[in-house]
Amino acid sequence: MFDFSVVTHWIDTLLRQWLPEWGALLIEFVLVGVVLLLLYAVIALVLIYAERKVCAFFQCRLGPNRVGPYGIFQSVADMLKILIKELIEIKHIDRFLFNLAPFLVIVSSMLAFGCMPFGKGLIAIDFNIGVFFIMAVSSIGVLGILLAGWSSNNKFTLIGAMRSGAQMISYELSIGLSMLTVVVFAGTMQTSGIIEAQNRGWFLFTGHIPMLIAFIIYLIAGTAETNRGPFDLPEAESELTAGYHTEYSGIHFGFYYLAEYLNLFIVSGIASLLFLGGWMPFHIGGWDAFNQVMDYIPSVIWFFGKTAVVMFIIMWFKWTFPRLRIDQLLHLEWKYLVPIGLVNLILMTLVVMFGWHF
Amino acid sequence: MGNIQEKISAFLPEAVFEEGQHLTALVPANKLNALCRFLHDDKDLQFDNLVSLIGMDWGETLGVVYYLNSTQYNHWVILRVETSDKENPLLYTVSDIWKNAELNEREVYDFFGIRFINHPDMRHLFLREDWVGFPFRKDYDADPKINPIPTDNESSNIETVSLREDAEGRVVEEKRMIFKEDDYIVNIGPQHPATHGVLRFQTALDGETIKKIDVHCGYIHRGIEKMWESMTYPQTLHLTDRLDYLSAHNNRHALCMCIEEAMQLEVPQRAVYIRTMMDELMRVSSHLLFFATMCMDLGALTAFFYGFREREKILDIFEDTCGARMTMNYNVIGGVIADIHPDFQRKVKEFIKEMPGRLKEYHEVFSGNVIAQNRLKGVGFLSREDAINYSVTGPSGRGSGWACDVRKRSPYAAYDKVQFDEVLSDEGDSYARYMVRMKEIEQSLHILEQLVDNIPEGDYLAKTKPIIKVPEGRYFKEVEAARGAFGIYLESRGDKYPYRLKVNSPGFNLVGAVDHMTRGSKIADLIAIGGSLDYVVPDIDR
Repeated sequence: MFDFSVVTHWIDTLLRQWLPEWGALLIEFVLVGVVLLLLYAVIALVLIYAERKVCAFFQCRLGPNRVGPYGIFQSVADMLKILIKELIEIKHIDRFLFNLAPFLVIVSSMLAFGCMPFGKGLIAIDFNIGVFFIMAVSSIGVLGILLAGWSSNNKFTLIGAMRSGAQMISYELSIGLSMLTVVVFAGTMQTSGIIEAQNRGWFLFTGHIPMLIAFIIYLIAGTAETNRGPFDLPEAESELTAGYHTEYSGIHFGFYYLAEYLNLFIVSGIASLLFLGGWMPFHIGGWDAFNQVMDYIPSVIWFFGKTAVVMFIIMWFKWTFPRLRIDQLLHLEWKYLVPIGLVNLILMTLVVMFGWHF
Repeated sequence: MGNIQEKISAFLPEAVFEEGQHLTALVPANKLNALCRFLHDDKDLQFDNLVSLIGMDWGETLGVVYYLNSTQYNHWVILRVETSDKENPLLYTVSDIWKNAELNEREVYDFFGIRFINHPDMRHLFLREDWVGFPFRKDYDADPKINPIPTDNESSNIETVSLREDAEGRVVEEKRMIFKEDDYIVNIGPQHPATHGVLRFQTALDGETIKKIDVHCGYIHRGIEKMWESMTYPQTLHLTDRLDYLSAHNNRHALCMCIEEAMQLEVPQRAVYIRTMMDELMRVSSHLLFFATMCMDLGALTAFFYGFREREKILDIFEDTCGARMTMNYNVIGGVIADIHPDFQRKVKEFIKEMPGRLKEYHEVFSGNVIAQNRLKGVGFLSREDAINYSVTGPSGRGSGWACDVRKRSPYAAYDKVQFDEVLSDEGDSYARYMVRMKEIEQSLHILEQLVDNIPEGDYLAKTKPIIKVPEGRYFKEVEAARGAFGIYLESRGDKYPYRLKVNSPGFNLVGAVDHMTRGSKIADLIAIGGSLDYVVPDIDR
């Protein structure tokens, strides 16, 4: 299997030959930043297109099919349109917070993006607390949403923001608990370590029942965390018109839109990292020949493939289920998911202690 | 009928009886409330449903006509009150007896200037508070200079006026608060995706919980009833399609039947059958749209397209025969305007065959879903008594267990020749209202099945005189539209124009009940309740 760290090390040594250490580091930072930003934009565009097509097929429609073959340039055209749109200045708003909020949202998803292992050796920062870091930075997003709702000086946005705050903070608990279950099983928080631990089989298969429960909880909570249907209450368009981003226009709105899709990608990416082995090919312990064949498929394809599958499942949720009510949403979290998650964590420690896993 | 007349004259000797479609009594204004209370409470009468409340300008006098019906005995009585004071006309409210009178009386105040003593909330309903004159009076001056198009927004007032009679019989104005000073008020509408049109709910919230709702109507009021007064009868028909545009055929059917009955015009059987089938197709298409929009309101966007997909097929059938998909202009006085398209029967049969499978699909996608059930069950409860009291008819009333189907209670057209069940449910919640509609689609298909091969040959349009004049009198005709009992009140003075035409629209009463049904529920429930009531705004603002 090709290790991308070969490339990165080569670039690193090359730069260090010509430049002092700080110079090399600076150039590397800029390079990584530019690449990630580009990836960010491209993934968002692809996702928006994919979502529109998926939703169209669910709804017996064709979806975008005019701009380019099969409409693949539709989201590019949309992006261009949103870039040239006016940013409408609204009276009686808290201008500083209003303009700051979309950046908070996008920065939080961007930071989480930095810790995604896209392939073998393809990771910007490989912390020893990687998973914890992702968890922490992705929580900043809720701040952006709360600020947006508050600063817009609009009752609908405020209700949307309050809903969002209640929802995201609650569901972070479940996400944290299911992540913790995985961490207990893997014995590390480092993303590369978690992936290496799945060399003999993905956690979803080796981790026994508690891992399965954790996966399901993670999927539910992750959908809620991205504010997507059936948990899209903060922007429930039939109740709150557009929720917290009602008053935003142009690229500011575009930021929320992008961040929503990138969060979808991040949640799915983490799901594939924690439960489906990240970039690790489908290995079965002991079947060396089979594992070798699997290794011929590049790691990047493995990662994006698994992420795409999880994303499809989350899209499937959205286009099938009706929306929950706020009390039902919190009911589900605090009365079912959190207790189950806690018990599941204990179960997992027992499984690990007594070695009941595969 | 004799029994009712005896009872009324025993209770109120001053009542003057008149000839008419039903027993009509002219009641002195100050005795009206007592008589209504008696009619409502008396065991043998039980007039528990105020079907229609019609403001009138009779030239010399202003007044109100009340159509009362008993759900128990299905007998009718018409009450009439008059006041000759045109400067400051005062009558007594009946909103303490029948709740649906509350909005209706506000409408009368709006258009005729009659104020009702003891009414809790005497504000304009459709017009702005600063409107000059009362548009439905015969001497109203419609000069645009008097009421220019306003350039400022109407100030949002949380105060209202109520009229009281003090001990010495003087009428005094009493200030009342609609909301408390520190209520958190959110405007849901007039521009809001879930109000299905321009309707405004001023909602007082406590967090996510609804404390009170104040309904504001009139954003698309077109004054159709006033326009009718200067139209000949054939011309009046065209505006019915623009009331509740989702049951256009039914509305027009009602007006046609009302005029035909008044003229005692025999309609050819072929036209009767075609009208019945069109009504049922319209009902199915309306219920399909209900399914679609309600699912969308609850966030199930895929189901939305499913509903629309099947509705298209019905619209295609309409298009073949009527040449239009929305405002069909199909029924005319004496029959229908054109014969059915040669493909009509084939297409209807195909649709009847296809639909049960689709319904099953709907139930799989939406009705059976646990989230959908949680969102709808137990939400927006309306008891049978309240349904009658608020006059919530149609599928919404039947969801509360009130057998209010006009097709069964007083069959018209070909409904006495077909077999079908009146779908009832005792639950009274949003889910019941939803399921009643879904089952009504099945019943409508059943009716269509019985009629599609039995359309009699013959004329589709009776011969009428070139100028249609309706004999003098007072006529009222109801049909079962997709949203409930759609009534047409016609008062004629033997002219070729109606003296007064009033629509008794089901949506108006539905909206009147929203505040009652949403108290204490969440914002999201308001959307679910609104979706399950399925009101159409042009039907409320006529």
